[in-house]
Amino acid sequence: MALLIKAAPDLLSGLLVTLLIGAGAAVLATAAAFVAGLASHARSRAVRVPARIYIEVFRGTSALVQLYFLFYVLPLLGVLLPAWAVGILGLGLCIGAYGAVVVTAAVGAVPPGQKEAAAALGLRPMQAMRLVVLPQALRVMLPQFGNLSVELLKATALVSLITLHDLTFEAQMFNQETLHTAEAFLTILVVYYLLAQGIMRGFGVLQARFDVGARGGHVL
Amino acid sequence: MTPIIDIDFAIEILPALGAGLLRSLVATCFGSVLALLLGFLLFLAIGARRRAIRRGSRFLLGFVRSTPLLVQLYCAYFILPQIGLDLSPIAAGSLVLGLHYACFAAEVFRAGRAAVPHGQLEIATALGLRPAQIMRLVVIPQMLPVVLPGLGNTLIALFKETPSLSAITVAELLFTARIVGAENFRYLEPMALCGLIYLTLSLAFAGGVNLLESRLQWAAPHRKAAR
Repeated sequence: MALLIKAAPDLLSGLLVTLLIGAGAAVLATAAAFVAGLASHARSRAVRVPARIYIEVFRGTSALVQLYFLFYVLPLLGVLLPAWAVGILGLGLCIGAYGAVVVTAAVGAVPPGQKEAAAALGLRPMQAMRLVVLPQALRVMLPQFGNLSVELLKATALVSLITLHDLTFEAQMFNQETLHTAEAFLTILVVYYLLAQGIMRGFGVLQARFDVGARGGHVL
Repeated sequence: MTPIIDIDFAIEILPALGAGLLRSLVATCFGSVLALLLGFLLFLAIGARRRAIRRGSRFLLGFVRSTPLLVQLYCAYFILPQIGLDLSPIAAGSLVLGLHYACFAAEVFRAGRAAVPHGQLEIATALGLRPAQIMRLVVIPQMLPVVLPGLGNTLIALFKETPSLSAITVAELLFTARIVGAENFRYLEPMALCGLIYLTLSLAFAGGVNLLESRLQWAAPHRKAAR
């Protein structure tokens, strides 16, 4: 326990790296999810097909393979990215592909009558999407985005394998220096668990906010 | 150094990658069997009559599902030997994979159970079946078509997570690809092949699951609404 307190600054800096990588990847994943998710509803094949390929490729391989690919192969192609950028890019694109499926399904689940009514009211397609379809789809997406955020948090542990000093990496260092294995790994397991609980709570609050006016839902 | 793919080199490293893939598949098989068995036990535990069992298994489920597989692998790899359990890396890895995905499988079972109409249970009780009989004769046959596709997806996810085993020195596909890359100073071909193999296999498995799903819908069309 005393050793753990001594190692607290290292673990905290690792936690910070985990949170920063997670936040960066979450922003990228959200963007990728909406772009690819909406693109797979597009009328033109030239837009739909690349989106489908992106989704299938990143869902069909594991996050670690993607990270290694970006980490080891991109430099050969002349793209030199720092490890943190590789971490954010890899995890963001990976979770973004799963998010895209959620976006596609949620937008598809909005009753077609809504779009027709929007068109009848004279809204342009972009306006109909922004003002009518997305607000309703968002409600369906939120719980699944919550689950994906927890998946993202879990996946951030993988960046320790591409030399980033995140929470998992610091725990490994602590283990190697002190050989207090159980303290090292069980502590960070609890930290990850608490972070995941926090994420779930956060999404619970968001969901309550977005449920305003939902049929059978409560009005805040 | 040219970034163009060297086909001869790619063919040359295929046997090594094949050996790695074999280990990935072995871990997937053991992990899958464990995930299904443990997952079913956990499913029974979260529906148990004793409150302590219910609460404990729910907590376990939430805990395992919301912590990184990699850290769980480290725990098994480093802590188990200290308490006298000396497992080979691949055994420890399969064990953790199985446990991790058992918690996801239990959730799939639970959803399948929820799709069985409540009246079915009441009728079975009225007919005088004992709880174990109800489970075996009424609930399981009806939840199977709902559960199978979900279990298939869970096992695909398990397969895709086998690269994490490289972190505890299991020489699976990704590990082999990295070693081959380091030995030859060429990462492009091994990494690309590794990605391609994972992509092909998981797409093939997913195709199988879709086929199964459409077959089951044909076998039990009234189930469609329940999903």
